Amino acid sequence: MATPLVIDASLAKPPRQTGDTVARLLTMAFAASILLVTFLLVFQLWNTSALARHKFGLAFLWTSEWNPVTEEFGALPFIYGTVVTSAVALLISVPVGLGSAIFLSEMAPAKLSNALTFLIELLAAIPSVIYGLLGMFTVVPLMRSYVEPFLKKTLGFLPLFQGTIFGVDFLTAGLVLSIMTVPFIISVSRESLLAVPREQREAALALGATRWETTWQIVVPYAKLGILGSVFLALARALGETMAVTMVIGNDPKIHASLLAPGYSIASVIANEFSEATGDLYQSALIELGLVLFFLTIVINALARVMIIATTRKGSKRA
Amino acid sequence: MKMMSIALMGLLVLATAPFAAAQQIQAAGATFPAVIYQKWFEEYRKLHPDVLVNYQSIGSGGGIAQLTSGTVDFGASDMPMTDAQIAKLKSHPLHFPTVMGAVVPTYNIPGVSQDLKFTPQTLAAIFLGSIKKWNDSQLAKDNPGVKLPGAEIVVVHRSDGSGTSFCWTDYLSKVSPEWKSKVGASTSVNWPVGLGGKGNEGVAGLVKQQPNSMGYVELAYAVQNKLAYGDVKNAAGNFVKADLASVTEAAAGAAKEMPADFRVSITNAPGKKSYPISTFTWLLIPSEIPDAKKAATIKALLAWMLADGQKFAAGLWYAPLPKEVVAKEIKQIAQINAGKK
Repeated sequence: MATPLVIDASLAKPPRQTGDTVARLLTMAFAASILLVTFLLVFQLWNTSALARHKFGLAFLWTSEWNPVTEEFGALPFIYGTVVTSAVALLISVPVGLGSAIFLSEMAPAKLSNALTFLIELLAAIPSVIYGLLGMFTVVPLMRSYVEPFLKKTLGFLPLFQGTIFGVDFLTAGLVLSIMTVPFIISVSRESLLAVPREQREAALALGATRWETTWQIVVPYAKLGILGSVFLALARALGETMAVTMVIGNDPKIHASLLAPGYSIASVIANEFSEATGDLYQSALIELGLVLFFLTIVINALARVMIIATTRKGSKRA
Repeated sequence: MKMMSIALMGLLVLATAPFAAAQQIQAAGATFPAVIYQKWFEEYRKLHPDVLVNYQSIGSGGGIAQLTSGTVDFGASDMPMTDAQIAKLKSHPLHFPTVMGAVVPTYNIPGVSQDLKFTPQTLAAIFLGSIKKWNDSQLAKDNPGVKLPGAEIVVVHRSDGSGTSFCWTDYLSKVSPEWKSKVGASTSVNWPVGLGGKGNEGVAGLVKQQPNSMGYVELAYAVQNKLAYGDVKNAAGNFVKADLASVTEAAAGAAKEMPADFRVSITNAPGKKSYPISTFTWLLIPSEIPDAKKAATIKALLAWMLADGQKFAAGLWYAPLPKEVVAKEIKQIAQINAGKK
């Protein structure tokens, strides 16, 4: 005897449990708190830099003078230093990182790949001060005694490699930053490359592509979004890196065309000068530099988003 | 299990009881004298176990800021407070010099092991960038018999704000009108040339690594790390190598003309054997301390630091205060809570 299936009207809408509601509100509160903290951060930066903003206006962004005694402050040398060291860091770490990721995902046997990946991820966990010490005691002497004289001799006709060799300069800072950012690029790119479906590779090989052609023309473009994401993650770390950079950049607030010249970055000057900054305008100017770094990071991340959206749209058009 | 945790909590609360009974004094400020201050507060605690002084070495600027906001009972600074800073405080801060330090020119020239001699003019010129090479005629004249190379001088200065930089730039401002107008004196300045190192250790590290370089560090630091440092010509015309005696001599030389509030720079002090780049470091004590018991403790602590405490200074490479200055300071202690009973 079959019991008739009774469909109660109240079953059409599932009953809300109190537990579910609480969970929903709680997790919403957590998400909202992150936004709130970010908003408070910008608000605080904006407020405490008011004195400097009113005094210097937008000209702060393109003035080069940094004089605590006469209280004239300009952000240009620091913006230049931050951008140049991050650019050098990416120029070195992206090819190395991507190449390593390709090796680890496509060509290395699984055991070797896993062991190396574990070691590389350990690199990402090392505190940046240690990298700074490594930079100061190992990288700087190497650069000063061997690498930079060689670069000056061979590429000295370029304005990028001219001038006195100090060892502490944009190039060394960029190199130390690249060592710090390479683990991020390797681990995230490797994950993205491993996530490419086997069918894609097999199809390419079946059509007669070589191993390298498959990797470079099929697998890597498929994993492009993940790889780009890792690059921007690396860039974000490079822009904000403080201690490692200040130990190897030379701390000279001037703009030089040569990579062999000392420079200064935003994070370094704030770390160096903030605790002893006497005078409201001085402190305010340093906080305004923090605000500038914040907006610089946002602009670069926005550009990243735009690029990712553009490539996705192109990809989906092709599909 | 629950009984255990309650019992444990009870024990923890009881354990804090002796601290609760102690006289807690909060202080913050300069990093240069932090070592001797910690030693003093430790030694004083042995004599008076109920007095606990908590000193945070966050920098002179931080010390002054904390004193202004009232979060500490007294501050410490390598630079005397400016009139503008004093105006912001509710109760006028009394400056008490506690020990002395000196700043020495350190260098690294491969092949040169002798002590180099610097005059005020050569020091200013090197740091301004007008003397560019080691074998410059002025340097060669002051250092006969030393083979100076034709290499470029790599100047190293402090990248962070510090009392050491203040002492150095204050001295250069006194001896060089060009330095005074172009750069000035402060804990942080716009250096015309050179690389920046963070802290004494940063400067020393850069100088050690970079051949043909020159920088400035605290005397205590130079001695403890066995750095080569040069002699400087003082106001009397003698080349003096910095040591504790010549630094104390500088204060003694300046003692006669010392202002009553001790806010003085003793760089380029008179005296045959004075070391010209010396400086006091001060404790900043408010003249009105509302808590009478705390005021009494601070007064006793000060008196001890200025008298018995000075014997610990030399062991840690701080120059002790000359007797004339100590005598004047003991009189200033009476000004704390002078209006009250």
